[in-house]
Amino acid sequence: MSSTELSAPHLKQPRTVAEPIAWLRRNLFSSWFNSLLTLVLLWLIASLLLRVLDWLFTQATWTPVVANIRLFWIGRYPPDQLWRVQLCLGLVLGLFGVSAGIWGGIVRAVATGLMGLMVLLIIPPFDAGMRLYFAGLALLIAAMYFGGLRSGRSLRWPVTGLWIASPLIVLVLIRGFSGSATLPPVETNLWGGLMLTLLLAVVGILASFPLGILLALGRRSRLPVVKAFCVAYIEIIRGVPLISVLFMAMIMLPLFLPPTVRVDTIVRVMVAITLFSAAYLAENVRGGLQAVPNGQIEAARALGLNIFQSTLLIVLPQALRAVIPAIVGQFISLFKDTSLVFIVGMIDLLGIADAIIHQQAWLTVTGGVQREVLLFTAFIYWTFCFTMARVARSIETRLGVGTR
Amino acid sequence: MNEIATERTATGQQLGEEIIICRDVHKWFGDFHVLNGITASVRKAEVVVVFGPSGSGKSTFIRTINRLEEHQKGQIIVDGIEMTNDIRNIEAIRRETGMVFQQFNLFPHLTVIDNIALAPIWVRKKTRKEAELLALELLERVGIPEQARKYPGQLSGGQQQRVAIARALAMQPRVMLFDEPTSALDPEMIKEVLDVMRELARSGMTMIVVTHEMAFAREVADRMLFFDAGQIVEQGTPEQIFEHPQHDRTKLFLSQIL
Repeated sequence: MSSTELSAPHLKQPRTVAEPIAWLRRNLFSSWFNSLLTLVLLWLIASLLLRVLDWLFTQATWTPVVANIRLFWIGRYPPDQLWRVQLCLGLVLGLFGVSAGIWGGIVRAVATGLMGLMVLLIIPPFDAGMRLYFAGLALLIAAMYFGGLRSGRSLRWPVTGLWIASPLIVLVLIRGFSGSATLPPVETNLWGGLMLTLLLAVVGILASFPLGILLALGRRSRLPVVKAFCVAYIEIIRGVPLISVLFMAMIMLPLFLPPTVRVDTIVRVMVAITLFSAAYLAENVRGGLQAVPNGQIEAARALGLNIFQSTLLIVLPQALRAVIPAIVGQFISLFKDTSLVFIVGMIDLLGIADAIIHQQAWLTVTGGVQREVLLFTAFIYWTFCFTMARVARSIETRLGVGTR
Repeated sequence: MNEIATERTATGQQLGEEIIICRDVHKWFGDFHVLNGITASVRKAEVVVVFGPSGSGKSTFIRTINRLEEHQKGQIIVDGIEMTNDIRNIEAIRRETGMVFQQFNLFPHLTVIDNIALAPIWVRKKTRKEAELLALELLERVGIPEQARKYPGQLSGGQQQRVAIARALAMQPRVMLFDEPTSALDPEMIKEVLDVMRELARSGMTMIVVTHEMAFAREVADRMLFFDAGQIVEQGTPEQIFEHPQHDRTKLFLSQIL
């Protein structure tokens, strides 16, 4: 915009109907050569798009996806126990909804994102029941939100309590216990599909977050032993690929442990992912810590805050806000990296996709079904990563209020 | 030191006993001898202005009083507590001393009222309600009660510095340290901050002020310390300093800034 327009802000920038046409002329049809180029490219894009759409809607065989949708969901988890997983999802999403109503702010951004995710999940070719379930979840979040909004602060402590208990509730629901008729035990080697991917990612994110912060703080510590340990840990883990950490957890660890001690595979993988992710997170957080001016710490100290208070109340909130984009980027890649557990023999979302591609039923389909199956898998990964990115953006906007 | 001690301050307050005592304080930054044997004391309700060329150690001096800088030799006693390496002593002294910085150092992620209420809640263990009432009272005192719910970034420099003063006062300190409080301000905002400091001096607060605002010093200070090369070269009442400076260095410096 020209400076004359800037100096007269009360005058609205003139916007005429012809502007899009003028824009087209200026940018796409400025000379005969540019016009030709534009037309050729348009034709290329259009024909490509048409072929993709044609394939998507007429040629692609979506039956392998539709027929195996439960496998995508929960892997070899007993089909008659599906309700347990659905209940868990409903519980957690409902908690998000009601918390958003009570606390608003960041939680509302997360709940809104989750609602969007449920709507996205209605799109692919699920059966009607599945669609109804996702629509129901979206409605549940909304209903719980308004419930939380109306009850206000009186629900704060019960909801906080439920949040604290929720990992245990989810574990008990999904794992079950022996001797129970309603909740028969389901061995962890039967857990799979999206459920497994989500469990690994959520546990990885939740556990690596505090660990990463501690490592970052430790790396800046004045105590030489603490500092040396943190530096060594971070640099060793960052110098090793995740897949080798996973192999170590799966194959090497049992060699070092006494034969009587058997750690569940899924726990070993979770620990490996957490330890791996924490090292990267620590470096991101360290970047944020360095961005906090020394004057902030001096002001906190001068007020008499002790080192824990000044770290927790002054330094970390500012440091973490500065690195939200980096942290979310890392959580997104962690979510996708969980697909590596496929290589160490776990049947996560990608593992299921691979298994479905090789099912007997589709061997007769010309060209195989891997395109459809992999595309669908990619779509699921994308919906989650997209949601994370959107939520992060809206958190950033919210936290940006009033900053310099 | 006592030759100047009338028993009343420039603003008419009763002078009390010595609340800050420094004896032969030394500090080095590497090879640089930034504080070279500082001996000084401040009495209750006294307003002491510290001035001198940049790099003379005046900021470092007041930062040793609440241990933002560590002194390496000598003795500092604040309100009867000797500054040692014991973190409990240091934190006890910090609770009794408020500090105002050149760059304000407000917490950008907290609203104005939360900035002020934070330390009373976490250090003085007040309830949130008490602390917020106190914060509003102090905002009233510094003249900007309407800004309570804004973030520091939304205020002007002068307003931010007044919030910073309110934040320091919220701990109900016995001594206030001002480290060039108006040096980062635009000229038209200096007065509003100095007005608040004047009012504070009249209320009997013990203050040590590092500043170049000589008109303020002349009006409010009971005593002025001239720092040069890590030493107190000369001290006296504003009248003695401005009208009859004894040392050539004091004369030279005053001639440069007045």
